[in-house]
Amino acid sequence: MGVESSNDVQGADHLLHRLYEIQLKYGYISKEVMLCLSKELQLPITQVEGVVDFYSFFYRTPRGRYHLLFSHCTSCGDLSLMQRCCEVVGISAGETRSDGLVSIDSTSCIGMCDQGPALLINQLPIVNLDDARIDQLVLLMEQQTPICDWPSDWFTVQEKVCRAGLLLHDTLEVGAGLRAALRQGREALLQSITDSGLRGRGGAGFSAGMKWRFCREAVGEAHYVICNADEGEPGTFKDRMLLREHADTLFEGMTIGGYVIGAEKGFLYLRGEYRYLLSHLQQCLVMRRQQGLLGSSILGEAFNFDIEIVVGAGAYICGEESALIESLEQKRGVPRVRPPFPVTSGYLGQPTIVNNVETLVAATHIALHGGAWFAAHGTASSKGSKILSISGDCARPGVYEYDFGLTIAQMLEDCGATDTQAVQIGGPSGRLIAAKSFDRTIAFDDLATGGSMMIYGGQRNMLNVVQNFAHFFAHESCGFCTPCRVGTQLMKNGVDKIATGHGTAYDMDELKRLSSMVKRRSHCGLGQTAPNPILNAMESFPEAFIGVLTHHEYEPYFDLDRSLNEARRLTGRDDAEAHLS
Amino acid sequence: MNRSITVIEIDGQAVPFDEGQTIMDAAMAAGIYIPHLCHKPGLTPHGSCKLCTVDVDGRSVSSCTMPAVNGMKVSNNTPALMEVRKSITQMLFVEGNHLCPSCEKTGDCTLQAVAYHLGMLDGHYPQFYPKRAVDASHPEILLDRDRCILCALCVRAGREVDGKEIFAITGRGIDATLSIHSESGLLGDSDLSVDDLAAHICPVGAILIKDEGYEVPIGRRTFDLHCIAEPGLEPVILRKGDHTDA
Ligand SMILES: Cc1cc2nc3c(=O)[nH]c(=O)nc-3n(C[C@H](O)[C@H](O)[C@H](O)COP(=O)(O)O)c2cc1C
Ligand code: SF4
Ligand code: SF4
Ligand code: FES
Ligand code: FES
Repeated sequence: MGVESSNDVQGADHLLHRLYEIQLKYGYISKEVMLCLSKELQLPITQVEGVVDFYSFFYRTPRGRYHLLFSHCTSCGDLSLMQRCCEVVGISAGETRSDGLVSIDSTSCIGMCDQGPALLINQLPIVNLDDARIDQLVLLMEQQTPICDWPSDWFTVQEKVCRAGLLLHDTLEVGAGLRAALRQGREALLQSITDSGLRGRGGAGFSAGMKWRFCREAVGEAHYVICNADEGEPGTFKDRMLLREHADTLFEGMTIGGYVIGAEKGFLYLRGEYRYLLSHLQQCLVMRRQQGLLGSSILGEAFNFDIEIVVGAGAYICGEESALIESLEQKRGVPRVRPPFPVTSGYLGQPTIVNNVETLVAATHIALHGGAWFAAHGTASSKGSKILSISGDCARPGVYEYDFGLTIAQMLEDCGATDTQAVQIGGPSGRLIAAKSFDRTIAFDDLATGGSMMIYGGQRNMLNVVQNFAHFFAHESCGFCTPCRVGTQLMKNGVDKIATGHGTAYDMDELKRLSSMVKRRSHCGLGQTAPNPILNAMESFPEAFIGVLTHHEYEPYFDLDRSLNEARRLTGRDDAEAHLS
Repeated sequence: MNRSITVIEIDGQAVPFDEGQTIMDAAMAAGIYIPHLCHKPGLTPHGSCKLCTVDVDGRSVSSCTMPAVNGMKVSNNTPALMEVRKSITQMLFVEGNHLCPSCEKTGDCTLQAVAYHLGMLDGHYPQFYPKRAVDASHPEILLDRDRCILCALCVRAGREVDGKEIFAITGRGIDATLSIHSESGLLGDSDLSVDDLAAHICPVGAILIKDEGYEVPIGRRTFDLHCIAEPGLEPVILRKGDHTDA
């Protein structure tokens, strides 16, 4: 297939890692550097450019020596803080200051939703932002203080496990799960995983036992295990906690998966926003190799397995398993045509299992305690427990683990949410529910969820929430298929039009029709779920839309006054005379 | 060995297929038209334009990539699906800059023909008016990105038939764009030759052969003489400007 390369590249030479280094060093990635890199790595220049332009954290024009990305999430984002920062620094969002010191922009949710407003500075998270902290950090930048000398508590992401259940109750002894697995042997272990009823925790809920069996039975030159640690769904951060606090249990789950399906190689695909966890994870891998839990002849058995970490660079779509695999293969993260599925044709076209962090952590516990132990918890359709990321308008945001089957009302009570208007179950791609549905339960056959729980109190404007999500999806669409590429833009424009007071009843009908079409006809899960917030909100909170409609029968998209924005900016005028209305 | 006959049903009509064929393959072989833009027999199916969307047992699938399975019940020519395809076509029109009356491809353009076929009378959605680069650097071939619908036919024709890396889709989301594999990024510095399939396969007026402009008068162009739903039209579309059957 032409010169498009899909070589199995190791660690440092991975295109994403090379580009990260270049971005860090020069503040941008120039065409000249791309040409050199394409020659050195023997990749077509279009592939290198394609990747640079696809991932949000790579830039073709210089960013500041301090590059700030404010989370644009309804839980860990507060763009008024970004505005303040821009004003003090003297630039607009998206710009780099002329002295090259600072650049500021917003970015999709960075997974710090239980840590207060947050930002990434040169890829490191700063949490619990407020006006005072903004002013202090601007001062440190102006003084050109190296980031390593900034107050270290700003960067401390405190993991708050507010409720521990089946999996989080105890930290397993390193190696215990793997030893138990090897003792049982492949077939018995797989049976135990199947009997446990464990279903994927990343959202789709496919049976883990079945996925592993399909992959094990698929013929290939090599088999692969991939852990999906992309955790890009706004409002989710439970994988962040697992990666920080239970990395051994996770790597053990990957190793167990490798043992069952006959793989020698595993990948952890870590979202770029979690790069700060990389050294911790790598240390953990080094320890495991020293302990004979990774590498060749693991625990003295004829079983070789090792794990490599690949770090993403800002693309929500790379959480979709086939896009993730494309990204591992150094390409743009465009979801593949299915069938074939990864279990038969995944990484490098070989049989591959892709599992969420939590699924693999659960697998280690099941190897140790048995399938029946796990299946004794939860409900008929949903065995075991679910780890939830709870954030938004509540007193105690954090990680909560429950047996499946709990009600939303119970959850709200536990986290100290009063006066709750709505809960976004499973993040923007999930389901928005209103108070009348709080007696529903978390379970695959009721409210299925990857674990994001965003709580909205009575004071929130739900239309602004929907608008935030519409912008998120338009920004994250990969652009492969027409309904999603164009549709997410049209939905964004439609919601904006209504939210800015220019919408009519006709616009609402149009938005609904468009949303239904995009939902049903898009290529992958992103486009198929992007319309959910709009459709759910129109159903549950119609007044949020209707209340701001203008009374005209028809109102054009074209806004004469707005179209003069550029002229005003260029002439530096913003007085009344420079406006039409 | 006895080969059992495998059949799918398209709008109630029994359509036989061979193992490995897609719904689109089976339909084409039977002379049934399923609207499509990013598909050409012989090239690896892409599945991106979604014009070939059909409903299979209530599920939405792309017929150009979905393998036919014995007994499948496919809905194709229904009013609801025609409406969906019309919306998708309108989306393709508004995201680019398609000024058909001044486009050399008019009358030979598959996008335009599909639009007529679907009864599209306007763009319906607000125009995006994107700013996209024209590339006239090649002595014989013009690339006008304003009309590119990102179907990747030229990408695949280059790789799979011409054996060259010429085109690629880069960027993300609405900023996705067609890029050229050359140091300068210009078509003139690429390996593309006027004899390549990649230079002729574009379904719209994005890749044009320079010295063929208006050779065939309007009124005698492909879709002036043929209906897009006509069986066996694919070779005719490719032979633009040379209609022996006219
Ligand atoms: C747009 C999109 C984003 C996704 N993001 C993630 C993610 O961040 N983490 C994850 O585990 N699964 C994500 N998924 C689901 C994966 O495609 C896949 O189903 C999952 O990783 C399988 O693992 P599991 O069976 O253990 O849940 C996403 C899916 C879509 C469509
Ligand atoms: S639905 Fe969206 S994200 Fe998925 S393939 Fe289509 S354009 Fe890409
Ligand atoms: S130039 Fe033509 S063939 Fe190539 S992607 Fe664009 S529309 Fe398709
Ligand atoms: S023809 Fe099938 S998706 Fe384009
Ligand atoms: S007439 Fe279709 S692109 Fe020009």
